[in-house]
Amino acid sequence: MSAVQAYAADTWVIARRGIKHIRRQPEALSDATIQPIIFVLLFSYVFGGAISVPGGGSYKEFLMGGIFAQTIVFGCFGVAMALAYDRTNGAIDRFHSLPIARGTFLSGHSVANLIRSTIPIFFMTVTGLAIGWRIHSSFADALGAYVLMFVFSFAVIWVGVMMASLVPTPEAVQGIAFVVIFPITFIASTFVPTSTLPGVLQTFAEWNPTSSLANALRHQFGNPGGEIPHDAIFPLAHPFEYTLIWAVAIVLVCAPLSVVLYRRSIRT
Amino acid sequence: MKDSTTPLAIEAYGLVKRYGDKTALDGVDLDVARGSVCALLGPNGAGKTTAVRVLTTLTEPDAGTARVAGHDIATDAVEVRRSIGLAAQDATVDGLLTGHENLTMIGELFHLGRKRAQARADELLVQFALTDSRDRLAKEYSGGMRRRLDLAATLVATPELLFLDEPTTGLDPRARNDLWDVLEDLVDEGTTILLTTQYLEEADRLADDIIVVDHGTIIARGDARSLKRQAGGDQLHVVCARREDVSEVAQIVERFASGRPSIDDRAVTAPAEGGVTAIAQLAQALADEDIELEDLGLRQPTLDDAFLTLTGQRTESESGSEQEVAA
Repeated sequence: MSAVQAYAADTWVIARRGIKHIRRQPEALSDATIQPIIFVLLFSYVFGGAISVPGGGSYKEFLMGGIFAQTIVFGCFGVAMALAYDRTNGAIDRFHSLPIARGTFLSGHSVANLIRSTIPIFFMTVTGLAIGWRIHSSFADALGAYVLMFVFSFAVIWVGVMMASLVPTPEAVQGIAFVVIFPITFIASTFVPTSTLPGVLQTFAEWNPTSSLANALRHQFGNPGGEIPHDAIFPLAHPFEYTLIWAVAIVLVCAPLSVVLYRRSIRT
Repeated sequence: MKDSTTPLAIEAYGLVKRYGDKTALDGVDLDVARGSVCALLGPNGAGKTTAVRVLTTLTEPDAGTARVAGHDIATDAVEVRRSIGLAAQDATVDGLLTGHENLTMIGELFHLGRKRAQARADELLVQFALTDSRDRLAKEYSGGMRRRLDLAATLVATPELLFLDEPTTGLDPRARNDLWDVLEDLVDEGTTILLTTQYLEEADRLADDIIVVDHGTIIARGDARSLKRQAGGDQLHVVCARREDVSEVAQIVERFASGRPSIDDRAVTAPAEGGVTAIAQLAQALADEDIELEDLGLRQPTLDDAFLTLTGQRTESESGSEQEVAA
């Protein structure tokens, strides 16, 4: 077996373990199942009446792109929690005393979490369809939306690995969730059009990749809020491309950095 | 490259490991012969676990070198890991996998292939009496079962050298005895074992070679008998029938002892060099004073005594009401 084959095989063994963990801990999957469903129902029925979409159209349909985007950004917690959990229960020592390349532990977790990230996308699609959200675009456009979601899911996994390297425990990971990531997904076009936000927040929201992801999805699905203003700043005029640039940048910066940080964090 | 001619399973020179200002290992030299059982004995925080982590390549030392199973830990870490099994201090079985899945996964990571990994897993489950719980999640296992599964996991690839970090901590006496039996079988099959323990009884029962560590350095080494000898020779041991006699007895004992006596409730213990002569004289002296006794004898030092003498600390099993007589 060549080194590359061995790496791939070991990664898959560790990924299968991660998938079993996900299957056997349905309560730990709530952020990917129940939470997005609740958000869809909550925002569409509770706030839906109070928020009007510029250019008209259904708020429920506007909302879906935002909640897809938010849930995908939240995907970084799955891998961060899984890594933090393995660190606190000593599983890391078991793997690191085996004759496998050190990177396989991270890549296995990444693959498992990439598969995990498809779960909320599926649940939200079904919930959205149930409350009246529809895809108005071509099959190719819709496919583009799902591919973009998948690509961004892969990128945020490396943000999660980085978080797990910087903080030691699952509790600390949850702390970051509420203090850092949660606000980032709210100061965006997730639930409201960014044009309604005051000055600085509006600028932040417009450059926030959560917004561009949401806007790109709306555009791809042909939903309200997805019209592209061609004379606007780059993130608004090219949300799909801007989101892809972010995804590539996150992977290029965070993946190597998180591997280094992660190695340092365990070599004590 | 593996050098199978060296008789040493582990050879380490000058290992140093610091965490901040705390020095966990302070220049440790170690040699463990192939096929032997070596116990690192010491109190909590003595550096035992750090030594194991360095030798199993989980941690890099700040200074020093080591060869484990013939491979350098710094330059040949993967080969080291291929030759060893590690059972860490907290049994690191995966609670969300079944016993069988736990072992199969390790086998696959050793590239046995799925089929052989599964067969090897079943073999080990039989060997460790876990067949009945083959398909139960490991989180439902009892403490003893988890330890056995953990040990089984270290044996998947039949390593020549096992590292066991406090293998029986937290087990009840019966589970501990079961585990000792398993370990003795492994030793009979020729596996080299380095284990750490706080229990002298465990070191005494399993190891040919006991290394006492404290504050990151080796402070004594030998088999159980020679360590007992280092703790001083025989001890006079007197138990009074009435508690009020105890200090008078201690004074009498001191006349025949080679050191200060210590009192524990109604018992008086003191080192004795004179052996049988001392005890005969002591018996006579106590009889002259008409003191009623429950017991009088010459006691061999236990490993606990040795440990106390060497580290200046009591072991957990013995910390109690014992106190020095104020002279």
